[in-house]
Amino acid sequence: MTLCIKNARHLEAPVDLLVHGAEILTMTPAGHHPAPEGCEVFDARGLVLMPSLIDAHVHLREPGFEYKEDIASGLAAAAHGGFGAVLCMANTRPVNDTASVTRFMLDRARSSHPHGPRLYPVAAASVGLRGEEMAPLAELREAGCVAVSNDGRPLENTELLRRIMEYAADLGLILIDHCEDPWLGRGWLMNEGPASGLLGVKGQPGVGEAVQAARDVMLAEYLHVPVHIAHVSSRLTLEVIAWAKARGVKVSAETCPHYLLLDESALEGYNTAAKVSPPLRAPEDREALRRAVKDGLIDILVTDHAPHAAQEKESTLDEAPCGLSGLDLAVSLTWSLVAQGVLSEADLQRLWCRSPAEIFHLPWNGFAPGDPADFFLLDPDETWIPGPETMFSKSRNTPFLGQTLRGRVKHHWLGGARLF
Amino acid sequence: MTTDNRYHWPHKDLLDVTQLSREDVLHVLDLAARFREINRRPIKKVPTLKGKTVVLFFVENSTRTKTSFDVAGKRLSADTYSLARTGSSLNKGESLKDTALTLQAMGPDVIVIRHSSSGAAAFLADLLPCGIVNGGDGWHAHPTQALLDCFSLRETWGDDFAGRSLLILGDIAHSRVARSNVHLLSLLGVKVRLCAPRTLLPAGVETWPVEVFCDLRSAVRDVDAVMCLRLQLERQQAGLLPDLAEYSRRFCLGPAHLALARPDAKVLHPGPLNRGLEISPEIADAPASLVLNQVAAGVATRMAVLYLLARRDAAGEQEGNC
Repeated sequence: MTLCIKNARHLEAPVDLLVHGAEILTMTPAGHHPAPEGCEVFDARGLVLMPSLIDAHVHLREPGFEYKEDIASGLAAAAHGGFGAVLCMANTRPVNDTASVTRFMLDRARSSHPHGPRLYPVAAASVGLRGEEMAPLAELREAGCVAVSNDGRPLENTELLRRIMEYAADLGLILIDHCEDPWLGRGWLMNEGPASGLLGVKGQPGVGEAVQAARDVMLAEYLHVPVHIAHVSSRLTLEVIAWAKARGVKVSAETCPHYLLLDESALEGYNTAAKVSPPLRAPEDREALRRAVKDGLIDILVTDHAPHAAQEKESTLDEAPCGLSGLDLAVSLTWSLVAQGVLSEADLQRLWCRSPAEIFHLPWNGFAPGDPADFFLLDPDETWIPGPETMFSKSRNTPFLGQTLRGRVKHHWLGGARLF
Repeated sequence: MTTDNRYHWPHKDLLDVTQLSREDVLHVLDLAARFREINRRPIKKVPTLKGKTVVLFFVENSTRTKTSFDVAGKRLSADTYSLARTGSSLNKGESLKDTALTLQAMGPDVIVIRHSSSGAAAFLADLLPCGIVNGGDGWHAHPTQALLDCFSLRETWGDDFAGRSLLILGDIAHSRVARSNVHLLSLLGVKVRLCAPRTLLPAGVETWPVEVFCDLRSAVRDVDAVMCLRLQLERQQAGLLPDLAEYSRRFCLGPAHLALARPDAKVLHPGPLNRGLEISPEIADAPASLVLNQVAAGVATRMAVLYLLARRDAAGEQEGNC
């Protein structure tokens, strides 16, 4: 079975893509070769061809919090958001700290989405995420976990962190660390600065992230192991990462579309939809992060998809939980950065596909012969408004709700099979 | 400083003084002055808000502010009802949203809310069609307190605000009184100083229209008034202060400090007082103290605010009949 995607736009050039079974056969300039006899032809004129993206940081809430999201709805949002694979964090109930939980997650993914998107669970670094004892990481890896993290409950005990980094490295697992000093600004609701001072709410300074990132990269250097810094929000953390990379430390880092598009002013009016962890920072941080994703200091983009039910966010800022629903919107949001000239289409492919695949050792589509036929077609001009009718996530907690976004995923193939 | 007769109050809610123009402020203060006269009469009740309903929704404990609003409403003949956290369904896990919608369904004209969360009043205002008065939300704002403080100062200073200097002393970071007063006093042309240890200053204070001091003797020099703030004892437990004795030694306003201020300098305090902690007993009881004037001003100012919000539909109606 052969499929020909004709006249798609790829990296600003018209191309024809030939797919055989689950693999890429060739990608050639449009019109170079006629489509083979008997091949299914899909005319993609006007649409942008992108490899399926990898989101290395999502919360799918199942098991335990299915009222916010479950694996089926989360993967549906991923598929329609252009993602072919997601790494889901372990802060479920029960926590993903045993093989049985990992296997349950994988079963749910396979039964609800047999053709994908693929689910790659992330193992809890400590039992129950309590930060006291190391979780059985070998067992978790055998069950299918691809990385280790205590995300959501930052590890306070530096000795335990060190031992987890060492033990995980033996297993070929990388630690994804949510860097947040447990004491600095404890009880914060937003970034510390003039805005928090005027709103009268407790703030967390960016240094609260940077000091823990400094701890991590120094340990990584000392132990000769890799470490991955989660959702970087502060320009100070960028300086720590730059320092470490210059010394040859095996550090990689991620940030999220919202840190590139918003700043702390989004919290004005006590907007709970903009309450995220780490908090949206100052405009200077946003600009520094834009430079860092462009020049590669930040390696990858992730959504940190963190769905919460409407009633949880319809509250005061101190009561509302942190997080936003990101999978449905991420491609449109980052496409807006391409439209603004901040990033190129090639940057998006690097940040959302190639680099996460390299860091977490996952298959990816570079459109070379033999690559997995995971790709989608994006209408770069179609506008849409995030809301209950247009989002596949169960939760619509996003500060972009009701805004007009440009760029929409129209068709998605995984392993050569068309999802929609 | 008198306002135009054709003035029309444009606000559904009073959430913070930052929403008010100078004209709005003067209108509230003028109206409060008229109510202050009524409060001096033997019969203090007028029928102005007869048939109007004011709900006092005090989720955070407060006796003084609640009583002040209650008295203000009753003097205008409004029906006032209290709902506290204990006794309300919030204690049974009902959300603020559902409690608010329930209150709205009872058809109040104005809800006064006091809540420990910054932004709680704005949350209600977005949700409900009735008028919302912010009776204090977290560390954020306390607009009627700032208005009554200016009313008290106006009784002393007259309309001569511009160029005066006022020192706000104490825990600025966690004070809604300070935030609202800095804005309102600045709007009226007062030069505001702050004095506190850095641990009790808000983030971004360098962007505020104030002069900041950490030494009380320098801060108080030549000011026209000092506003002491109540120190919450939990600040010490949170590690922001070494101990209360040291705080008192550095920041308790005493006679020796006030001697450095202008000879006719006044002292304000939103209450309740911690005598000997942020204000010395001698100062609290001195003629310079406006503390009890503030209480009386509170009733008059809140009458003005309730009047403006409860009667906002009566556009064009003359206010002469109050």
